[in-house]
Amino acid sequence: MEYFIQQTVNGVTLGSIYGLIALGYTMVYGIIGMINFAHGDIFMVGAFIALISFIIFGLTGIALPIVLLLVLLISMFFTACYGWTVEKLAYKPLRGSFRLAPLISALGMSIVLQNFVQVAQGARAKALQPLITGRLEFFKDSEFVVIVSYLQIFMVLLTFALMVLFTYLITKTDLGRAQRACEQDKTMAALLGINVDRTISVTFILGSALASVAGMMFVLYYGVIDFHIGFLAGIKAFTAAVLGGIGSLPGAMLGGLIIGLIETMWSGYISVEYKDVAAFSILVITLIFFPTGLLGKPDIEKV
Amino acid sequence: MFSEDLKKNIKDSLFTGLIALALFFPIVGLRTEIQKEGLYIDPQWGLTALLVILCTVGRFLINLNISRKRKIIFVSDFTSNLSKFFSGKGKQFAITGILFATVFPFLPFTDRYILDIGIMVLTYIMLGWGLNIVVGLAGLLDLGYVAFYAVGAYSFALISTTFGMSFWACLPLAGIFAAFFGILLGFPVLRLRGDYLAIVTLGFGEIVRIILINWYDLTNGPDGISGIPRPTFFGLEFTNNPKEGTEAFHTFFNLEFSSIHKMIFLYYVILVLALVTNYFTLRIRRLPVGRAWEALRENEIACKSLGVNPTNTKLTAFAIGAMFGGFAGSFFATKQGFISPESFTFIESAIIVAIVVLGGMGSQTGVVLAAVFLIGFTEVFRELEQFRMIAFGLAMVLIMLFKPKGILANRQPTITLHGTKK
Repeated sequence: MEYFIQQTVNGVTLGSIYGLIALGYTMVYGIIGMINFAHGDIFMVGAFIALISFIIFGLTGIALPIVLLLVLLISMFFTACYGWTVEKLAYKPLRGSFRLAPLISALGMSIVLQNFVQVAQGARAKALQPLITGRLEFFKDSEFVVIVSYLQIFMVLLTFALMVLFTYLITKTDLGRAQRACEQDKTMAALLGINVDRTISVTFILGSALASVAGMMFVLYYGVIDFHIGFLAGIKAFTAAVLGGIGSLPGAMLGGLIIGLIETMWSGYISVEYKDVAAFSILVITLIFFPTGLLGKPDIEKV
Repeated sequence: MFSEDLKKNIKDSLFTGLIALALFFPIVGLRTEIQKEGLYIDPQWGLTALLVILCTVGRFLINLNISRKRKIIFVSDFTSNLSKFFSGKGKQFAITGILFATVFPFLPFTDRYILDIGIMVLTYIMLGWGLNIVVGLAGLLDLGYVAFYAVGAYSFALISTTFGMSFWACLPLAGIFAAFFGILLGFPVLRLRGDYLAIVTLGFGEIVRIILINWYDLTNGPDGISGIPRPTFFGLEFTNNPKEGTEAFHTFFNLEFSSIHKMIFLYYVILVLALVTNYFTLRIRRLPVGRAWEALRENEIACKSLGVNPTNTKLTAFAIGAMFGGFAGSFFATKQGFISPESFTFIESAIIVAIVVLGGMGSQTGVVLAAVFLIGFTEVFRELEQFRMIAFGLAMVLIMLFKPKGILANRQPTITLHGTKK
């Protein structure tokens, strides 16, 4: 039982990383109907920017909470620049091209980002010393002590706060309204005076900013990153988005949590080696048996 | 003093420069280096400044061109001329190509190294032609093609090392295994729409690789399988000291022993395999099933309403594509003599997809050009290895932007109703 609780705690932490990345996939899919294959690599760039800022601020000796806030804002800003540029360069000119064109372009962009970071930052894995230490221990009397680190609490709280902020942004502000309008009907939205191009750009910026938060949490949680982390994390987050119902924002978060839990449970009880197979199998099973996902709307094909 | 256009241009270029600064400053400018005590930052201001200036000036020049209404000048003209040049000359190109490929090993400048590159290029051409059936003809983006390549390689390696069967006996078996895997994967996933299919095939490719790494008893895990038998020339081995009771190639033909014989032989094997793939594709395009592929690619709903079963039709494309992937895989295994899961990563799939996409989906000649260009040239400029993949990715994006049908577009259906061909 204690073991199960421990795995649940780990799963929820991991799930919040996946959920934040999945939001980017699902938003972009909702608004322009493409799978942003490079999103996983945007997450990786975010992780690198967070790592670099941690190193720089680590030298200055500022108090930890301020460092966290600064790193958060800095990586959000720079990663958002990457997301914006990728959209402008590789996707925007392809609107209205044949269906696979944006996907192939995204694939190319993903290869470019990965290798760009590899060339610029070196191929070796970079390790960061743990910044947030300290932990809570539960069930001290039993043989298996459940450990909840402060870092895990921080990550879950941060994700929760971002979710609240994000929900507010989407449901209550003009920007969110414009975005939902574009999702439903771009032509009509444009006729009613919404700047569709700008709304799409903002979507990419928001998605990248959330991915960079996930990247920062990844750096803090695992402590080791390389240029290749975006691939697997991206696929898993995409699985999360599909599982939750692509296009649905709460679905992405829910899917992220479920994927995180399944992954930790699978590694905890079945086999660590095949944990990635578990994620891929879920993707396949979801797509085949209930392609609309848990909270998604059915996609009607029109002639 | 400045005209309105120029002012706008300068503003725009400076903005581009600003964005470039934001992009390059953290990732390029602040390079992290590993030291014993931990990471430290090694600033690269010069490089960053150079990149930013390049972006700004580049943007300025592009703007200048656009404002003079001289649209994207060179690339698109060049490629459309290229496609004009090749259209209708498929046969001449094919004959020249085959002739050149046949005499290639005996040309004066061909040494071991160049021959090796030739073999590699031909392997990729074959893979590209195999994938072209799936991507180019049937319009299914398969990002896990390397899985079938791996299945072919591993089934050949395992059968030959376990049962001692020869390359030629194993080759069809490897093809059948790979095709079987294609059907196994295709059956559930082919009902999916284009982009979902791409991601699922990618996942499948990764699953196969993870299984190869972890199924230690069968595949020997990350250590791979070594001691895979080399192909023989009708039972004649290419070694200096053949097994008891057999004869080696050089003694049979009274030649001085040279390891290059084996290379030349391997070269011809892959050449024949590749040409078989090409011939098969060209013929099957004219059969009902080939036409159904092209029709499905163009409009799936119309096909359904005309009674074409999309799942079965796609499944044949998938299985046949996989089979050729399997053939290429067993050739790879016998050529290397050693295989490990490392040879079958996603990047390999991406390269094959890039070859098909850049060449022009559906164009057999395009695949050849793209493979020669991507594999051959990058192999020659080995020192630029690091930048090779960046160039690959950029090429994929640029092709989609300016020439979405590939360098040699050949998307016209093989057959059209008379009078409707434009």
